Amino acid sequence: MQHGKYRFIVGFLAAPLALYAVFVIWPFIQAIYYSFTDWTGLSPDFKMVGFANYQRMFEDEIFWKSLQHSVLFVVLLPLVTLSLALFFAFMINVGGRARKSAAVTGVRGSGFYKIAYFFPQVLSISIVALLFQFAYNPRNGAINSALAAIGLDGFQPSWLGDPDYALWAIMAVLVWSTVGFFVVLFSAGMASIPRDFYEAALLDGANRFTTFFRITLPLLWDTVQSGWIYMGILALGAEAFAVVHIMSVGPGGPDYSTSILPLYIYQSAFRDANAAYATTIGVALLVVTLCFAAVVMRLGRRERLEY
Amino acid sequence: MKTTDTPPAEVTGNRPPAVTKTNGAPPAKQKREGSVLNVFSHGMLVLWAFMVVMPLLWAVMTSFKTDADIFGSPWKLPDSLHFENWSRAWSDAHMSEYFLNTVVVVGFSLVGTLILGSMAAYVLARFTFPGNRFLYFLFIGGMSFPIMLALVPLFFVMQNMSLLNTIPGLVLVYIAYSLPFTVFFLTAFFRTLPTSVAEAAFVDGASHTRTFFQIMLPMAKPGLISVGIFNFLGQWNQYMLPTVLNTDPDRRVLAQGLVELAVNQGYKGDWSGLFAGLVMAMLPVLAAYIIFQRQVVAGLTAGALK
Repeated sequence: MQHGKYRFIVGFLAAPLALYAVFVIWPFIQAIYYSFTDWTGLSPDFKMVGFANYQRMFEDEIFWKSLQHSVLFVVLLPLVTLSLALFFAFMINVGGRARKSAAVTGVRGSGFYKIAYFFPQVLSISIVALLFQFAYNPRNGAINSALAAIGLDGFQPSWLGDPDYALWAIMAVLVWSTVGFFVVLFSAGMASIPRDFYEAALLDGANRFTTFFRITLPLLWDTVQSGWIYMGILALGAEAFAVVHIMSVGPGGPDYSTSILPLYIYQSAFRDANAAYATTIGVALLVVTLCFAAVVMRLGRRERLEY
Repeated sequence: MKTTDTPPAEVTGNRPPAVTKTNGAPPAKQKREGSVLNVFSHGMLVLWAFMVVMPLLWAVMTSFKTDADIFGSPWKLPDSLHFENWSRAWSDAHMSEYFLNTVVVVGFSLVGTLILGSMAAYVLARFTFPGNRFLYFLFIGGMSFPIMLALVPLFFVMQNMSLLNTIPGLVLVYIAYSLPFTVFFLTAFFRTLPTSVAEAAFVDGASHTRTFFQIMLPMAKPGLISVGIFNFLGQWNQYMLPTVLNTDPDRRVLAQGLVELAVNQGYKGDWSGLFAGLVMAMLPVLAAYIIFQRQVVAGLTAGALK
């Protein structure tokens, strides 16, 4: 298959590569370069300023707050989401009581759960954010009215308007919208674990906890690890930006209590007309992302189990 | 996941829990394991299902209520079905335009992504040439970098090319940012296809290009469907890219338009219209998901399991 091979390769790669280079690679390289300039984004003139932007960033209180929130997102969101998803997936697939013909099955209605849990995944994150923004409405939102209905009249927080609750309220929405995807993902992984393993464990008298930690989790580890990275990138990326941008007061408020790095980049570039500084924060976000990936790879390294 | 040799399409989906044909042997121990635990776990499953389905039903219900009812009694059923909310949202609140814009943008982006992505993936998967590995990692590296970092310079790149706030510009950006995952997924897929068919076609005198379009693409159909569903949902639901790069009110896509509608509520106060708009945007995707449930789930999870 040598005839005209290189002409073909070049012909097929040219269009996708050009598009990718112009719209993705080139802006990334430019972004790092701009972080050393004083470019505002409004005028084409700029000059090199060395590390001035970085110096300014390290003294910027809002940056530190945003960084803190982003780190909280990237640590907590995968942990909470994946734990919930693992629990649900385990219940759905192998948590069922022994029935007549099968020693190991899922709970009753597992098919329904898998379909229903997946709903949020197909919805736009902006629709989800708007729905919950409304539900969090302090005076006549669905959540506070429900709290009042079950007798919690005294506990009526203003959720998104309260610096103590706002960030948690937003994180809860991200958990709500992502758990279903991982339930289905882990279910697919669990379905490929041979049933004999569970049956053997049951015969040896293992309970569900032992079964989960000794059989399911080790055999599912690869999937958990890729899910972890996926969720972390999501918590630092477009989805986190969307919920904070749509739901929070300000956005980023109240009192910067919900500001995260992607939002602060956006605001610096397009609200404060300070493009160079925005790219500097972007570089910080890149560092956080790479650190996260490195940590997950390191913590997640285990011997691969063949079965 | 390397450890499975069954394609994910077959292990996912809505099929009844696998039933093993062993002699059963219900262990006596399990009975004792405590019904407390059972009640707790089942309770959690039901609770989560309730928490997922409830907000959606609530939104549908609310879209049929009057503004006064929405605020007065958020949990009460509507007194009568106010369909006028829907027609108001569709025409007055420009939902029809947002729908049309989204359909156009996503339609072109999806086709472009699949064509360009499969071309690049095919070459990277099937041909050895210097720089192959480098290009592959260049493409898939895009999956993990924070897009927001690139968006700041990209805004000005697009401005200089007069592509900012235009539909073609948005389409090109959608394609470019969908390429990393598409190339990653399809490269893995093309590697699994047998080489003999392509070689036979080549021996029979078909050119590389013809072999690709007439032999390989049809063979790659399952992979194209999976990655197509993935990209469709991603592009249909996209919020960040249009928010930054497409600020012209006439060219708003659905996700943006809805948020705009919500922001403007402060002045006009048409909350029932907003809910009608939300549900309108939600239902087609949900309906499509319920119908193509198996394919959607397989398409979305296959990438992570590879």
